[in-house]
Amino acid sequence: MGEMNRLNVNLCGIDMDNPIIPASGTFGFGYEFAELYDINILGTFSFKGTTREARFGNATPRIAECPSGMLNAVGLQNPGVDAVIARELPKMKEVFHKPVMANVSGFSLDEYVEVSSRIDKEDCVGWIELNISCPNVHGGGMAFGTCASSAESVVKAVREVVKKPLIVKLSPNVTNIVEIAKAVEAAGADGVSLINTLLGMRIDMRKKKPLLANVTGGYSGAAVFPVALRMVYQVAGAVKIPVVGMGGVSTAEDVIEMMMAGATAVEIGAENLRNPWACRDIINALPETMDKYGITDLSSIIGAAQP
Amino acid sequence: MKQSLFTIKENVALTHDIMKMVLSGDTTDITRPGQFVNVLIEGQYLRRPISVNDAIDGELTLIYKIVGVGTEKMAKMTPGEKLDILTGLGNGYDTEKSGDRPLLIGGGVGVPPLYMLAKQLCAKGCDVTVILGFRSARDVFYKDEFEALGAKVFVTTEDGTAGTKGFVTGVFGEAGDYTHTYSCGPEPMLRAVYNTSVTSGQYSFEERMGCGFGACMGCSCKTLYGNKRICKDGPVLVKEEIVWEK
Ligand SMILES: Cc1cc2nc3c(=O)[nH]c(=O)nc-3n(C[C@H](O)[C@H](O)[C@H](O)COP(=O)(O)O)c2cc1C
Repeated sequence: MGEMNRLNVNLCGIDMDNPIIPASGTFGFGYEFAELYDINILGTFSFKGTTREARFGNATPRIAECPSGMLNAVGLQNPGVDAVIARELPKMKEVFHKPVMANVSGFSLDEYVEVSSRIDKEDCVGWIELNISCPNVHGGGMAFGTCASSAESVVKAVREVVKKPLIVKLSPNVTNIVEIAKAVEAAGADGVSLINTLLGMRIDMRKKKPLLANVTGGYSGAAVFPVALRMVYQVAGAVKIPVVGMGGVSTAEDVIEMMMAGATAVEIGAENLRNPWACRDIINALPETMDKYGITDLSSIIGAAQP
Repeated sequence: MKQSLFTIKENVALTHDIMKMVLSGDTTDITRPGQFVNVLIEGQYLRRPISVNDAIDGELTLIYKIVGVGTEKMAKMTPGEKLDILTGLGNGYDTEKSGDRPLLIGGGVGVPPLYMLAKQLCAKGCDVTVILGFRSARDVFYKDEFEALGAKVFVTTEDGTAGTKGFVTGVFGEAGDYTHTYSCGPEPMLRAVYNTSVTSGQYSFEERMGCGFGACMGCSCKTLYGNKRICKDGPVLVKEEIVWEK
């Protein structure tokens, strides 16, 4: 069996050479990284959260360091769906030739529906990842993902207008993530991805003020891995649709743990920002790491740790 | 952009809180003065962006201020130790625009990148004038090094304990005519220079960064030429595009 086959997974009906997906917001539209390595080695990648209008995002500073992780309060800076379709995707297609995951965000049900249906018509899009979990914007994003009934209604509405597999990205900032996962499954989601960032903050001790201009930001990076793994495990045990696991993944071992917890594919976010070659390095390290744990092919370990 | 391991050759204090580190490694991606590198420090999650003070044939010089845990750790490192560094980041200064009599203005930790710039401008035959602004006499560094390049140097300190008392803009008159302005330093200083300077200019900005290579949108700013990323489209902005916000 060739190396490619050992790593192969199928996510919502689409074959992937491997389960490695750079997470939305940490990989732009791919072309900064295409200068560094051939990004076609990736399973796919999730592009920057796209909204109807262009957004500058929050005031700076919008990044803060934490032990084993970082806070970001970027606030969905993106050029808007028109420019994404007209400018970013054609540029992306020059360097990436696989189906891409389109991360869609919004501030109203209408906006989610409109952006999703427009993105859905793009040939290069394989999956839509509906971000109902951004903690850094007000009056949208996470507000949809922290309440089961509003999550359900936005997923239902989007489901009606898109043909591509719909993966709903969940927030960890809830009392019971399983309840939200079940609600979006019932509303017609083809998959769920989790976790988005954990709401956090830091204080500038010299200025006696919050460090981020937005006061709060989303915590991600290696430190959140155990929390993310637990949530992936709980959700995968409760839904029938595929789960994409993320949160703090930085090594091939982390990928294997995520998959054993029940993830079909794995996204990698903040680690790309410290080591721009992180996803390439993880893909290269997977076969050897699998050998070490006696794993012949990755798809056979999905949910292996479930009771 | 290149990632490589550098070996520390020297790490010495220039003032009570400014350190100079000389390293050997691959400097081929550093193509312009005013660029920066991103240094991974053991135990710190994010890399630390530090401006390039000089880079020649495999020798990299960084001058940095001890401001927090990351730079505190860096300051304790000794010759022979290695650092994982991303090089060739940022646009850097355009030396073509200098004219015959460029004026370079640096404040505090904004002084170091002007050294490599001054060196290139002097080598090109320009008549280079440099204004260096500090808080107090004990903060002053690199005056002699700029003079050794053949530049005319003015020093200002806020408390008057060295050079002329006051801010960098106070000595513009003495500095004489100039053809182009290059500046690097804290934002209030950049703004004062922008308001005082009568020529075209290039201004280098600082912002908290995530990645340092344009991926995360952590350090965005608004300009008249659209949104820019300080790390990738900057840190140097041209005078005509700058929008002052805060
Ligand atoms: C700088 C930054 C920007 C992000 N932007 C988005 C975004 O636009 N849309 C989204 O769904 N998630 C976004 N995220 C969240 C990540 O995709 C991911 O869910 C989270 O960071 C957890 O993974 P990690 O620990 O590997 O970073 C962002 C994260 C970071 C660090």
